[in-house]
Amino acid sequence: MPQSAEKVLDHAPLFREPEYRQMLAEKKLNFECPHPDQIVTDQRELTKTWEYREKNLAREALVINPAKACQPLGAVFAAAGFERTMSFVHGSQGCVAYYRSHLSRHFKEPSSAVSSSMTEDAAVFGGLKNMVDGLANTYKLYDPKMIAVSTTCMAEVIGDDLRSFIENAKNEGSVPGDFDVPFAHTPAFVGSHVDGYDGMVKGVLEHFWKGSERSQLTGTINIIPGFDGFCVGNNRELKRLLDLMGVTYTFIQDASDQFDTPSDGEYRMYDGGTKIADVKGALNAEATLSLQRYNTRKTLEHCDEVGQATASFHYPLGVQATDEFLMKVSAISGKEIPETIRMERGRLVDAMADSQSWLHGKKYAIYGDPDFVYAMARFVMETGGEPTHCLATNGTSAWEAEMKELLASSPFGQDTQVWAGKDLWAMRSLLFTEPVDLLIGNSYGKYLERDTGTPLIRLTFPIFDRHHHHRFALMGYQGGLRVLTTILDKIFDKLDRESSETGVTDYSYDLTR
Amino acid sequence: MGLDYENDGALHAKLIEDVLSQYPDKAAKRRKKHLSVAMSKDEATAEDKGLSECDVKSNIKSIPGVMTIRGCAYAGSKGVVWGPVKDMVHVSHGPVGCGQYSWSQRRNYYVGTTGIDTFVTMQFTSDFQEKDIVFGGDKKLEKIIDEIEDLFPLNGGISVQSECPIGLIGDDIEAVSRKKAKEHEKTIVPVRCEGFRGVSQSLGHHIANDAIRDWVFDKKDGKFESGPYDVNVVGDYNIGGDAWASRILLEEIGLRVVGNWSGDATLAEIERAPKAKLNLIHCYRSMNYICRHMEEKYGIAWMEYNFFGPSQIEASLRNIAKHFGPQIEEKTEKVIAKYRPLVDAVTAKYRPRLEGSTVMLYVGGLRPRHVITAYEDLGMVIVGTGYEFAHNDDYQRTGHYVKNGTLVYDDVTGYELEKFIEGIRPNLVGSGIKEKYPVQKMGIPFRQMHSWDYSGPYHGYDGFAIFARDMDLAINNPVWGLYRAPWKKIKDAPPTAVAAE
Repeated sequence: MPQSAEKVLDHAPLFREPEYRQMLAEKKLNFECPHPDQIVTDQRELTKTWEYREKNLAREALVINPAKACQPLGAVFAAAGFERTMSFVHGSQGCVAYYRSHLSRHFKEPSSAVSSSMTEDAAVFGGLKNMVDGLANTYKLYDPKMIAVSTTCMAEVIGDDLRSFIENAKNEGSVPGDFDVPFAHTPAFVGSHVDGYDGMVKGVLEHFWKGSERSQLTGTINIIPGFDGFCVGNNRELKRLLDLMGVTYTFIQDASDQFDTPSDGEYRMYDGGTKIADVKGALNAEATLSLQRYNTRKTLEHCDEVGQATASFHYPLGVQATDEFLMKVSAISGKEIPETIRMERGRLVDAMADSQSWLHGKKYAIYGDPDFVYAMARFVMETGGEPTHCLATNGTSAWEAEMKELLASSPFGQDTQVWAGKDLWAMRSLLFTEPVDLLIGNSYGKYLERDTGTPLIRLTFPIFDRHHHHRFALMGYQGGLRVLTTILDKIFDKLDRESSETGVTDYSYDLTR
Repeated sequence: MGLDYENDGALHAKLIEDVLSQYPDKAAKRRKKHLSVAMSKDEATAEDKGLSECDVKSNIKSIPGVMTIRGCAYAGSKGVVWGPVKDMVHVSHGPVGCGQYSWSQRRNYYVGTTGIDTFVTMQFTSDFQEKDIVFGGDKKLEKIIDEIEDLFPLNGGISVQSECPIGLIGDDIEAVSRKKAKEHEKTIVPVRCEGFRGVSQSLGHHIANDAIRDWVFDKKDGKFESGPYDVNVVGDYNIGGDAWASRILLEEIGLRVVGNWSGDATLAEIERAPKAKLNLIHCYRSMNYICRHMEEKYGIAWMEYNFFGPSQIEASLRNIAKHFGPQIEEKTEKVIAKYRPLVDAVTAKYRPRLEGSTVMLYVGGLRPRHVITAYEDLGMVIVGTGYEFAHNDDYQRTGHYVKNGTLVYDDVTGYELEKFIEGIRPNLVGSGIKEKYPVQKMGIPFRQMHSWDYSGPYHGYDGFAIFARDMDLAINNPVWGLYRAPWKKIKDAPPTAVAAE
């Protein structure tokens, strides 16, 4: 009997005990009708070949292990970044359960959102009644300052019109006529979560800016962070930098407190977020800066239209990207970059110089959202690494072109291949046929790590199987230090692991590296 | 069996009244039917309530805008019933999200070579684009099936798990499945589990069961020599290895588990099911349909059982053994005796640390009732329980488990659950990932009771040891005593923690 009260065996060791091994072997043999082992081995080897890669990359219809989610997830994340805002997703209710779970699993935090719970009858007659009842219930039960409405694909397919539905609901008294209900249509069959983010932030700005006169406050800046699983660390770090510079700024959408509430006995359904008054005031900013271009294309267009200067970045991390961001902020605000920040920059560069021998020439595969992949590729090249494969399932041809321009600018990017629209099963083939030293991505990459043996560094959303990484910044010079350390730890751990067999590799197991 | 105690029914009635007072009238009227305080059978009959001891309305539509915790039919079919069938490729047919959010989240353990002959922890999707909505996705589905055959030739079959748009745009996935099944000589199962169907996961289970009946049974003549002790385990999804910790016991008492539905199952195990002698059903809610069908069509009896906690395990083993006669019964007594020292040691170690702790549950399927006795085996007290997607027959069955005065909530809303927990302040809450963090913020220990909080198995004797250890580590962790900054004025005494062992 393998189990005991003295030392309770968890699932991993328990099922490796002989009783279970034997039971499972017999189950397979007698009841599963498995393929012969040789056939399974042959097929596994086949999937490592160029021949398989070609078929795999030629897929036209089937998507396997994509690195993207659907629009409403981005909208729900976006809404979480505004003061006392409840997300209301119009359509089927199961979707909302999924978004909430997905966000909670990454942040290890509560994630609130409601659904209009449409079912078959709403599919036939439309979901107006659900909107009318739903808004009334949400308003009464959850005491929000704002309800941000987005849609599931069901509501989109049947063509429910949010503008008129919300108007109708207000006429029926679901919420007061002057209560703020911004909205965004977020069809899951268009784009990805980054577009849902874009749509919802634009919806909020349109709602609050419409009909208001803009009177420009020179030197003030809006910052839109974009969909960012590291918003907790990043937003706080950027605010620290902006405060050091003495810049007047407004974060438009800031979920850093919402997804990092303290444990002190009180459950805060809402915490932090951009104040509604600040969203209104943001109309007057001189400029709006997006930290992630592919998350804010429509939003920035809107900012342009109201007369703001705009600029966008690709998840500014590392040395040069942070330089550019700070210089842009400095140019608009007229504030100088203080000496303390120059010291921070110097410390990051110092750390990179200390470690350069371990990083130079390392090959990487990087996947994630378009702006993140751009950022990581750029930083890797700053350390002398080569980003061999850059993949974004939700990358567009415009992204691909921008990536190629970046890569062409560095000797370390000459051999890089950019994979827009490909998925992680494609990445598997890439890693087998053109191997790299390190894989940068999220938790889903662990299957690639297992299959191909490429060490995985988790640096982007979602991270389900490691805790608290998102609480630390990746952006800015301080963030760069964190990214650098994370990569180095992976390299050193691997070196130690590969030279740790006593009696075999007592050499190479160096105390100082 | 279990403990003798009564809950504070008056407090619970007051809590119900309080939460209802916060709803708009229309919603309050509807929610009222889902909330109740359990009373003993005698009382219920005396007042001529005529129904069960947990008399709540269930399996009806959730109210818009209240933050229901429920999922959808797709979650019930792909996520629960079909997803664990390991040698099949399950295509999430429609936009990318559904498959993405449910990817690898249910911890259906299996043995196999992932991506080669086994596919459970992979996300196959047709990733619908606007053009697929406008022009229909049938052509794309055909191509997808061809590409699966090309890249994953060792798959044992394919299922098509419909997402919302499929039923709305009029695609004919049945025709595609039929055509392609013939062409590739493979089982291809179209499942109409669009998320808008029904009121919860529950209809998805039913639809998935029907798909087994219509698209799997009687399609192939597999050669199989039946034996007198052949059973199927039905409704065990092998979460954290539950089905394995159960199987080992069933084999020890002399039975032959010829199919496990559907955790760690191959399609062959599903196909073979009608040849078994008895269906043993654990999750009644999600798989009773197919058991009833097998009873009607193939004359296979079915029996519910419960492998949570020693009291229920013993009772269930004896009950199962009775079906097979003295030889199996004798073995069963030996097995129970063999594990008795383990049970005694686990109870001796953990019961003193857990005795009297109060627990609130809110889960799906079978657990809101099935785990009650396991807690009671450890001296713990269930003060409230409820289901996401139960039907009336589940609440009837729950009546046998809960004590007088227990708070019962069906399709509870985020608001209600928070208020109930606040009002009762139990020592432990067992629910899902969406509930975990709000509860922990309140300073109340929590265990996820869908995923076993990444632990498990909880079934069987081996699982009971883990269950007991997990409840202990949740409740007696020192972190709960650190919530209050010492310079803040004390309102209530802090909970005392026992050092972990």
